[in-house]
This record gives sequence, structure tokens and C-alpha cells, in this order.
Amino acid sequence: MLEIEINGKKAEVPEGSTVIEAAQLSGVYIPHFCYHKKLSIAASCRMCLVEVEKSARPLPACATPVTNGMKVFTHSALAVKAQQSVMEFLLINHPLDCPVCDQGGECLLQDVAVGYGSAKSCFAEKKHVTKGKNAGSLISMREMSRCIHCTRCVRFGEEIAGIMELGMAYRSAHSEITTFLGRAIESELSGNLTDVCPVGALTSKPFRYTARSWELTSHRSISPHDSIGANITVQTRAGRVMRVLPHENEAVNECWLSDKDRFSYTALHTEERLTKPMLKQGGEWREVSWNDALDYVAHGLKDIAASAGNDALAALAAPWASVEELYLLQKLMRGLGSDNVDCRPRRRDFSLDGKHAGATWLGMKIADLRHLESVLVVGSFLHKDHPLLTQRLRHAVQKHHAEINILSVTDEDPKLALHTRQTVRPSELLYALAAVVREAAKIKGVSMPELASVPENESARKIATSLMNAGSKAVLLGHVAEQADTAGLLHQLGLRLAELTGANFGFLGEAANSVGGQLLGLGEKAKMNAHQMFANPRQAYFLFGLEPELDVANPVKTVAALKAAKMVVLATPFKHAPALQYADALLPLAAFTETSGTYVNIEGCAQSFAGAASPSGESRPGWKILRVLANALDLPGFAFESSEEVLREAWREAGVKVDAEGYVSGLDNKLTHAPELKLPSSAQLREGELERIADVPIYMTDPTVRRAAPLQETPASASPKARASAATLKKLGLAAEDAVVVRQDGGEARLTLALDEGVPEGCLRVAAGHPATSALGGMFAPISVERA
Amino acid sequence: MSILGAINPVLTAGLSGDDGWHLQAYVARGGYEALKSILAKKESSEKIIAEVKASVLRGRGGAGFPTGLKWSFMPHAVQGDRYIICNTDEGEPGTFKDRDLIRYNPHAVIEGMAIAAYAIEANRGYNYIHGEIWELYQRFEEALEEARAAGFIGQNILKSGFSFELFAHHGYGAYICGEETALLESIEGKKGQPRFKPPFPASFGLYGKPTTVNNTETLASIPFIIKMGGEAFMNLGKPNNGGTKLFSVSGHVNRPGNYEVPLGTPFAKLLEMCGGMRGGRKLKAVIPGGSSAPVLPADLIMDCTLDYDSIGKAGSMLGSGAVIVMDETTCMVKALERLSRFYHEESCGQCTPCREGTGWLYDIVRRIEAGEGRVDDLDTLEYIAGNICGRTICALGEAAAFPVQSFVKHFWDEFIYHIQHKTCLVPKDVQWAGSGFHRLVEEA
Repeated sequence: MLEIEINGKKAEVPEGSTVIEAAQLSGVYIPHFCYHKKLSIAASCRMCLVEVEKSARPLPACATPVTNGMKVFTHSALAVKAQQSVMEFLLINHPLDCPVCDQGGECLLQDVAVGYGSAKSCFAEKKHVTKGKNAGSLISMREMSRCIHCTRCVRFGEEIAGIMELGMAYRSAHSEITTFLGRAIESELSGNLTDVCPVGALTSKPFRYTARSWELTSHRSISPHDSIGANITVQTRAGRVMRVLPHENEAVNECWLSDKDRFSYTALHTEERLTKPMLKQGGEWREVSWNDALDYVAHGLKDIAASAGNDALAALAAPWASVEELYLLQKLMRGLGSDNVDCRPRRRDFSLDGKHAGATWLGMKIADLRHLESVLVVGSFLHKDHPLLTQRLRHAVQKHHAEINILSVTDEDPKLALHTRQTVRPSELLYALAAVVREAAKIKGVSMPELASVPENESARKIATSLMNAGSKAVLLGHVAEQADTAGLLHQLGLRLAELTGANFGFLGEAANSVGGQLLGLGEKAKMNAHQMFANPRQAYFLFGLEPELDVANPVKTVAALKAAKMVVLATPFKHAPALQYADALLPLAAFTETSGTYVNIEGCAQSFAGAASPSGESRPGWKILRVLANALDLPGFAFESSEEVLREAWREAGVKVDAEGYVSGLDNKLTHAPELKLPSSAQLREGELERIADVPIYMTDPTVRRAAPLQETPASASPKARASAATLKKLGLAAEDAVVVRQDGGEARLTLALDEGVPEGCLRVAAGHPATSALGGMFAPISVERA
Repeated sequence: MSILGAINPVLTAGLSGDDGWHLQAYVARGGYEALKSILAKKESSEKIIAEVKASVLRGRGGAGFPTGLKWSFMPHAVQGDRYIICNTDEGEPGTFKDRDLIRYNPHAVIEGMAIAAYAIEANRGYNYIHGEIWELYQRFEEALEEARAAGFIGQNILKSGFSFELFAHHGYGAYICGEETALLESIEGKKGQPRFKPPFPASFGLYGKPTTVNNTETLASIPFIIKMGGEAFMNLGKPNNGGTKLFSVSGHVNRPGNYEVPLGTPFAKLLEMCGGMRGGRKLKAVIPGGSSAPVLPADLIMDCTLDYDSIGKAGSMLGSGAVIVMDETTCMVKALERLSRFYHEESCGQCTPCREGTGWLYDIVRRIEAGEGRVDDLDTLEYIAGNICGRTICALGEAAAFPVQSFVKHFWDEFIYHIQHKTCLVPKDVQWAGSGFHRLVEEA
């Protein structure tokens, strides 16, 4: 510890602290612009100049390390004069039109000018003007004259987003922040630029000029869009969500949000919102009252159960449904005598069901990812599926030179320096991982005869060595590994690799409440899982919060079963057009900002949230719909008054304990009765078939983001193409830009071919989760392609 | 040849003709003997640094920091790459000495760098050459090739076990890249912007490795110091101001060019070597150390000797030794406008006081020159300059402020006249008569 005296007050601060950090610890505010606690030090705005004893010049507090016995004066004449002069310099070319600036009222420049500037300036020259830029649909760069050149945005790009999309071009007063050659900002973390920008230069395009900051009421909530459950502040005006900002939580999202989390609210008031219950009667859709709708659903379910047996009912929920909703859905179905409930719609392989020692999770704390020295990520579209987890890994690389190894099915750049990358076909993922296990066993001197036939390769050796040599390490499985046909074996191999290398083993997590669903035993303890309930068509389906064409492993088979069913009930926030064909009842579900509930994130933290806005139209929180429906069904035990009551019962029934910090018990990636590790011989494709590689595009992952217009206007949301390598195209006799028809399971899609050398030979990358490809089958199943 | 005169020369000694730059000629002048001798003797680095300290060689780039002391800052324990950088990014208006060293005596620079590398245990070197002098960059590359072929640069030099790889690197003409940390950023392929110091290059330099940056002339002085001894070099000059120095004389003298004279030489002597004032006009003012040095009026400079101490005492800086001479036909407002514009354009834009302040200064000086000056402008100029000084990341802020402060201080009346009469104190026709450039235009 070092002793420092700030304005005559003594304080002890850790070694390596800067003066600005020391001041913060002792409760002294030093004005600053370029300094940001998560970014590197620029020391360029000069706002934080303070007087330090024995220095004739004022020193920047952000860049001055504390030395023992240092005496700092933040309000001395020297410091105040320096701060005032810097403030004056900053304002001479800054437009003084706060009343019409979108940042007004929440502007650091405004605040600091009031607190530390002087009331007058002798500046009487012409102001410098900088042209605005078009940076895409999320970030507005129209008022670049407001920029004070703090370069926080530039450093954010380099250090946090991993891509330098903004730079400061030119010199002197001509300096301007600009994108490269007029390109749009495409980072999946770009919205954070509006937070790091201390002035009104980079602002949120969807939000700007829709409200003033002082008109907004803030509500804490949790983002439903990925497995970490980013903490958000939902800001409303008159009950309407106006914008979403990060709520700082070091354990989860730090002070960042992915663009998905930040801009998905724009879907909440679209015309597609389902605002009233609807029934199909005589082939006609009619808006009805809640009473009529629930009566109809209750009667329908009861009648089918009575006529075709309880087992004829099945329910599938989205993994972004809350713990409360999932628990009540399961309880309701069980009340009706059916155990066919699942919330893992994208899974294909359920071979480990009943063998898990606990709910699968990250295996470690999210915050500890940054301390890893070596990581193997298996089967993941890393930065697209997990923008903020990837940011943690990026930190580990930049700050501690962590070695990141990726074993996956495409070679997308996750915007962090990789140690090793191996890109293989989905069907080969298993053998590629097995090869790493084999190498690790060899280094360890452990005999593994069951893997003796796995071919060796250089990448596997490098990955195994990297894991073996590192102190802190992890093997992490992504979406592809969880959704592949061989998910169970990949799990077993991952576990084995972790055991051999001493690494943590974990999953990056499919969705906001995947862990919660597992804790409740949804699917795992069901009679029929998400696959079986459609492979063996049921007569009645209750779909909760998802859209079958876009959110399941095999839309063709799922939709076929739905069409054949006697009754399909869909609880959804949106009027999902394709469902109008086969559904019988649409129940308007409150959106994520309009309901209370709990998500258990990938590190096992149960994060509860309250509703921030009133439900749109007559839509109702899911837990209330299920509770009232259960009453209509005369089921006992549904007399809940609040979602908290539901949660308490859910945890009690599932035997889950939640500690004071919100972390749940019952997490374990190990297997209780691990089946023998036996690798199948590799599957052979039929003549003319390719292996499909399906990613779910970043802004197509759930019904809400799919309807967020600003996200849909980004380049990441361009209509998917069928992508293949030059060698594959040559074999097919096709060329890039050819119009083709791709077919799977009797369904087809018309697409354009694109050249993509990142796709392994013999594979065709066709995104899932998109209307253009929703008539296709399995995500990693064989696919045929021919000229249209 | 634009090295026009010398007294007891070190850097320009024995130079003759256009081919004198080649290795053969340099060796004939006794070149590379210093390097050979330290390698043969396996001289200790402490001894070399002590010799350089004894020479009282001070950095010739402008700051005048003692070279031996700078070398001694290099940490000994750090393993891995270590760098010696030669700063030939000679961008200060008025300065044109380093380019002539590269043109006429490149091997002195190369030998100086090799000796410096040996002394500070550097294994790699770069010579960062100003972007606008492309042909000299090519010349240096050629000289480097000669040195490599002769075994003076490269692996296991002269079988001594000492290895040193040296490369030329050219900039693109940004003045700020002459600031040593901006220069390092530029070599790394980044935008040339000064780094915040500390850490200094000796501990965190090029690519984060221990690095020493020296001026071209500084390094070219090293072979003499090693060969003849530090004391011999020191004795050429005067105490605290060792050796000879190149002065780039420009402006209203009869023979503008480079002159090598011992430090301590009276200014009047240098003016005499330059053939005196052009047209026999009266000396008005001199900027003695490159455009960022405060201007000195005639009476002050005529009493000075050319060394760090004397010029410093008079209120200016010896700087890079760029002597800009102005005669009575010069409008000081116009002259300052030109300088202010330069610093406004060349500010890197990184830190607030410099980015905003240099533009503000220029705006006001331009207004005064255009006849739109206001009574309080001079106070404002002083206010702005004062607010820049001491609050910026690098010295460019001061470089922009010093001319403004000194011009206004020494020529207050002329500025006031300009504001009040909306025109120059020196009549336009007198200005025209004094300007060789305009005369040429009219004759053409």
C-alpha cells in the first residue's frame, strides 16, 4: 500500500494506482473526459490536471502513478487554473447548443463545464465545423462538431470490441473521428460507443430525439438475449420503453451491452405485437377476450386429453422463458397428466438425458474468464453468439497473452488473436476433439485405447500442449457442440480433456434461461423431449414464447407435426404470421420488459427482474397466463399471488438452493452414469449431398430481436446466402452468385451462392433462424443443392 | 555544397566534392577507426559512456540534453531487443543541417550509431529520415549497403561477436514525428502522436523495448569523441557546451547555408562568415534555434555567443542551431503569422490545449495581419499561450507558444501599430524591396 495525501486528506491506496484512482478511492472527484476505467490511458484531454507537490507543472491525474508520500492538490490555484483553461479550450470549437443536443442533460462536458469551467471565454473567432458521417443504423455520427477528441471510441474499438472501426484522421484542429472510408460501424458491441462518448457526438440512432433524459424513469432488468443475462436499465416514459442502457455489474456484463441487448426494445411497439388474444374459429381468426380464449384452450386441452390420452399433449417452451414460466408450464402439463415438456428446441442429441450430475453451466465465474491463460472453444460462432463472453476472452488475450484455441466449423474472425484454429466439418468435430484428447493423454502418459484409431494432427498437438502448459485454463463448448448430433459424445470428450489437462470444463450456454430450465428438470425428466414430441406427432401442442419455423432444430418436421395436430396454442408477444396457418389460439405474452421473472445465467446466477413497462395492449405476463389457464382447467396448487411465490415453489420443488449472492446449487457438468466412450465411424454422405452448417444470425436469435428494425438494417442481418468454398463449388459445377435451390427433408429454399473459404470442403453454410431458410431441416444435417 | 564554412570542423572535416560521402572516402578520412578500436579493445560500455559524458556533447536535436547521461539511462538487466534510433526527421522550419550530414557524411552517422549501439547494448537501429528528402533517404540506404558489405554493420561485426542491424526508415513529412515518442509510434506503423511520459523510451521505447533516440548530428559527433577523446571534443567548445555545432543560417544574409563552428563562437562571427546582412541592411531580429525558439531582437543577439548558456540567458534557446536572420524590411506580424500557421497545421491534435490553442493563436495573428486586429488581441494571445504552456503532452505546445510570446514581447509596438492602423509598421514597398522572393517573381 502507498500513502497519499489528497487535498490534505491522507489515504492508503494499492501500489500501481494512478492519482485519479486514488482520488476516487478517497471520494475526491477529478474532472476527466478521455479517462475511462475500462480503457487504456490516453492522457490527452488534460482535464484531470492536478497539482502534485514538487512538480512545477500540473500533472494529468489519470496517467500519474501514485508514489509513497505524494501530495496532490485538486483544487489549488495551479490545478484550478489548468482545469479552467482546458475547459475553455474544449468549448471554443464545441457548439454551445445544449438545448437542442440529444446528449443535453446527461452530458459529461456539460456537467464538467458547469463544475470546473469559467463562466466567460474570450474566444471571439469562428468555430470549427466537422461534417457528420453515416455510420449505419445504430450509431449516429451526424453531429461530429460536438466531438472533443477524447478518443474513447477509438480505444473502445481496439481494446473492447477487438476491431478498430473508428480512428482519428487528420491532424490539429482538423482532427476528426471517422469510420474507415465511410464504412458503417459493424461491431456487435457498437452501442457501447454511445455510452463511452462523453458528449453528443456518438448517439443512439434509434433513441435520438425521442426523449430527454430527465423525462425517463429507470428500471433495472435482465436482458433475455443471451446466456449471460446482461444487466440492463430499461428507461420508460409514460409506461413506454424509450431505450435500454447497461446496468453496471462487474460479475456479468461490466459496463457493456451487446447491441442485441441494447436495441431489441425497438421491437416492442411494432405493428406485429400481438395485443389481444386470438382464436381461429371456422378458419377465421378473431380477436377475443381473455376469458373466451382461456376457456377455449382449457376445453381443447381437456377434450384431447380425454379422447386421445394425456400423452397426446406436449409443450415446448423457449429457453428464454423465465424460471417462473417454465415451472408453471411444466406444472400445468403435469396437472393435465402429460410429461411431454421441454425447453431445448434446438437440441438434436439427448443421449445424456438422465446422466447429468447437475445442470450444465460455464463451470466457472464469467468474471474469471479474463484470468484464463489457455482456452479451447469447441464448436462456436464465438463473437456472434456470445459478444460479451468473447470480450472477456479478448481481455485475457490483450492483457495476459492468453492462448485462445478454436475448434469449430467455420473460420469467422472472433476479433481476438488466436493461438490455434482448426476448422472442420460438423461431423468431424468429434474426431478433431478426440484427437486433442488423445494428444493430451499422450503428454500425460495416460493410455486411451478407445481413441487409438483417431488420426493425429498438428493442430491437436498444439492445442493439447497449450492447455497442458497453462496455469489457468478452460475447455468451453459452444452452440454447435450443444446442437450437433454428437453433442453427447462432445460433452464426454470435453470432460475427458478437462480431466487430463486440469482445465475447467463448461458450456458457453444456448440462451438466457437454459440453466434455469435444466434445474427444473424440463425435458431431461420429460417423457418426450423436444425431438421426440415432434418425431412422434402429438394431438395438441402448447408452444411458449418461440416461433417454430425459426427457433427449433428441424423446422420441417416440427411444422409438419404442428399442421397435423388437432390443436396448437401459441403464447407469444408477436403475431407470428406462419403460425396463423396451423395454430388455433394465440395468447398475447408480455415482452421481457413487461413482466417479472428470473433467469439463471450461464455462471449459475439467478437474476430476478420486475416489469419495467405496462404490457402492450391486453398482453399479460406469462406466469399470469399460465396461472389463470390452470384455474380454468381446475388444476389445484396454482393460487399464486406473485411471481416471487412461483419462484419460491419452483426452487423448493426442484431442490435448488440460492445463496445470498444469487448463485444456485445443482450445477455440475459431470456425468453420473457416463456411457462408454465409443466413437461412431464417420457418417457417409450420399452422392450429391453436402453437410449443412447452420449458424443462427446474431439478430435472428429470438422473436424480439428479429423484429428490432435497427438491428435488421445492419449488415449482419443481410439475407443469408448459401456459402461454400471454391473447391466445393467446383465439385458441384456451380459458381458464386449462382441462384440455387437447396433441399432438406422435403423442404427447400431458394438462395444465392457465395464463395466462402472459411467453410470446410463438402459443406454448405446455410443460416437457420431466418425466414428465407425456415423451410429447411436439420442445422447440421445433409443438404442437397442444385441450380435453380 | 551547402556547407559553406567551418572553424575547427569535426562533422564536416575533410569533406570535398560530391563523392566524399562514399565509404572509401570516409575510411580515407580515418572513418570507422573508432568503431574498430572499441571492438578490438572490447571496450566496456561504461568507459564509452564516460567518454561521451566527458565530451559534454549535448543533444543537437534541440533540447540540448547531455548525450552521455541519456545513454546511461538504458536499463542493463532487460533482455531481448534494444534499440538505438537516429532522429533525422528534421522538420523544424529553418533547420537543414542533418540532411547535409546524410548527404555528405552518412558514414559518420552510421559509425556513430554502431558505437552508440555498442555502448547501450542495442542490437537494432533505425534511422528515421524526414519524408520530404527522399533522395537522401536513398543515399543513406546506399551508404548502409556499403557499410554492411564492409562488415561494419550486421552480424558479428569485424568478428568481434558484436552484432548490430541498422535500417533506414522514412517518414511522411509530419513535423510531430520529430518528437521522439511520436517517431517511435510512427516506426511502429501507427499515427505519429507523442506518448505520455513517463515511461521514457529508455524503459519503454520502440515496441515497448529499451530505446535511445539521438539526433543525427549528435550521433555523427560520436566517432570523433571516441577517437580523439571526450576532452578533446569538449575543448573545441567551452565548458558545459562541448564541441562544434552545425548552424543552419537562413534569411536575410548574403550566404545562407550550413556553418560548423565551435560552441561559444560569437554570433557576430557567424554573421560575418555568412557574408553579413544582405544589401547591407540593418539586422532586426534573429530566431537562434529553429522556429520554436523565442525570437531575439538585434541588440540582444549581437551580444550573444553561440552556445546553450549564452542564448539561454538572453531568453531564447540554441535549439537545433537554425539561425533565422531577419532584417529591417521584415514585418514581424507577417513573420509570426507564418510561424503560427505552421504550428497550427502541425499540431498532432491529440491533446486539447495544443489542438485548440494553436488554431486560436493562428486565428488571432491572422486577423491582426489582415487588418482586423482588436485592442485586446495581444492580451488574448498572451493568455492563450500561457494556457498552452506546461499543459500539453509534448513540447509542441510550447513550440507554438514561444514565438507568439516572444514576438509580442519584443515587438509590441509593431503589433499595436498593426492593430491600430490596420497595416504594417514596415511599409509594404520596403517589405517588397527586402524580399528576394518577390523580386524574383517580379523579374520573371
